[in-house]
Amino acid sequence: MATLGPSHYSPYPVAVYENILPPPPGKALLFTEVVDEEVAMREAAKAMLTRENPTIFPGPQVIYAWNEEAKEKARLIRELAEVLEAKIIPMVDYRPKYPKIDPEKEINPNHPNLTIWHNNIKACIFVGVHCHYANVALKIIRAETDCFTIALCSNAGHEDAMITLRDQHAEELKKFIEIAKEVKKEVK
Amino acid sequence: MQKLGEELRNRAGQKIVDPEYLLFEAPREKVFMTGSEVVKEAVKRASVDASVSYPITPQSEAAHLIGELWVEGYVGVYFRGESEFGVMSEIAGCSMAGARTITTTSGPGTLRAMENFPMWAGSRLPIQLVLMARGINSPLSIQPDDLEVSFLLDTGCMVWYAENAQELFDMILAGFVVAEQPDVHVPVINVINGFFISHTRESVMLPPDDIALPPYNPYKAPMPPIDMEMPPGRFLRDPFVMKSNYISYATHTSWQFEVRAAIERARPYIKKYLGSLIEEFGDPEADIVLVSTGTGAAQSKEAVRLLEDEGVKARVVKLRTIRPFPINELRQAVKNAKVIFVPEFNVVGWLEREIRRYLYKHSDAEIIGGPRVAGGMTMPPEIIVKDVLNYLGKEVKHVY
Repeated sequence: MATLGPSHYSPYPVAVYENILPPPPGKALLFTEVVDEEVAMREAAKAMLTRENPTIFPGPQVIYAWNEEAKEKARLIRELAEVLEAKIIPMVDYRPKYPKIDPEKEINPNHPNLTIWHNNIKACIFVGVHCHYANVALKIIRAETDCFTIALCSNAGHEDAMITLRDQHAEELKKFIEIAKEVKKEVK
Repeated sequence: MQKLGEELRNRAGQKIVDPEYLLFEAPREKVFMTGSEVVKEAVKRASVDASVSYPITPQSEAAHLIGELWVEGYVGVYFRGESEFGVMSEIAGCSMAGARTITTTSGPGTLRAMENFPMWAGSRLPIQLVLMARGINSPLSIQPDDLEVSFLLDTGCMVWYAENAQELFDMILAGFVVAEQPDVHVPVINVINGFFISHTRESVMLPPDDIALPPYNPYKAPMPPIDMEMPPGRFLRDPFVMKSNYISYATHTSWQFEVRAAIERARPYIKKYLGSLIEEFGDPEADIVLVSTGTGAAQSKEAVRLLEDEGVKARVVKLRTIRPFPINELRQAVKNAKVIFVPEFNVVGWLEREIRRYLYKHSDAEIIGGPRVAGGMTMPPEIIVKDVLNYLGKEVKHVY
């Protein structure tokens, strides 16, 4: 929890105030360290395969058929979930849910901790969530839960996640699936 | 966007080029222009989709010239708002719909529109505002004075400050590129001192006008654009309202931190497209440092030349950006300073406050807030020289 520095007594730590910026192109972020993409993928797979109730949170960019890439990514995310033996709980939209979210069925960026608490999720992957909402949710998750967060971003990445991979498209997802299969053989 | 052979062209038929080519590599020709005319030249090369205007001195001419670009086919949509509040609301609507947008304002117009600036930032809209700073009421003044900038510092918008027409031209183009990065995607306010820059002519180097920035891609934005043709877009942009106990106060907190984090993420892009968040001028060994922005920095540079004639070594640290504030760059630039002067065009000394905040426990230098002028006064370099010579206990000779 951030009790010192620019965020003061707010329980919400903000990575940039700890001088952590998104990784440069071609690289990934593992906690505070800039690493090669493969290293981050291996650590991400390990976290998902060894922690309780691993879950993938696909967002609107991959759960709606906006274009051919979205459809291809959705198929690959299903395959990734099978390899990682992870549940899929979608983030169908970004509207706060009134009067109460059904945490078995969905996650929402305005109160993501409710879904994580309810399902006792200890590792998760954000994919296909628009960057602003991913960042709002990741800050809350980091403050309110002990869930290990992984962000697969098609843009510049999310420094508030514990592992962030940037410029992730279908090709990179295929690579992640192959690495996850290798890691699975090692840890299972 | 049309495709002719291998070339991409925008609505005006200009060839689309990389921002790096437009800003750094394209051949440039010298012209003699006012700051207002330079705004037109920058917008002409920026593939702008929409602009909304409202008259207020001294930005009226720039707003009018953007309108001419609409007539000429360079700007997609252009209209006059009902007031500055209307302008800033309407430009937000254009931006939410996925348009690259720019508008201009000054002084009381800025304050009338004030509610919109944090709304722009919180909605992650990469709108560009060219602010030609002037006095704010009351008493009424149409003259240059940059007090209004202090009101904008905590809106969640980036605030950049141009020294001259050349820097304004380059900052407008770079502003779009940086503000539209998916991990930044907050508004950028490019400030100049009204009249001193907007209404005076100077030499400016311009690239050809048949090339332009790539169009804005709203589908890389951190929030979905409002696209009525794409069903999820209709409901994904529902406004966040804290009206349920299940929405924790933390959401609002996290959201606000995220907007500020976005400004911080702009740093590497600003370094890439502006070169640096600061500019240093004068003898690097000098321990008398003038820290300023915009026209204050221009006059400080002249004061350094005059001080050299007096046998006094001094230097200038010009801040190109106020948000993000160049914290590390300033600390490094003044690490050997004994005294820091902060020349400003306002009575409150907002820049001095900023500098004191970021140098607290990071510099042993004495910080002197001044000289200051306001209400439209010029700042002759001689008054900066006089303050420095007085501080040093030296005789003030040629300064009146």
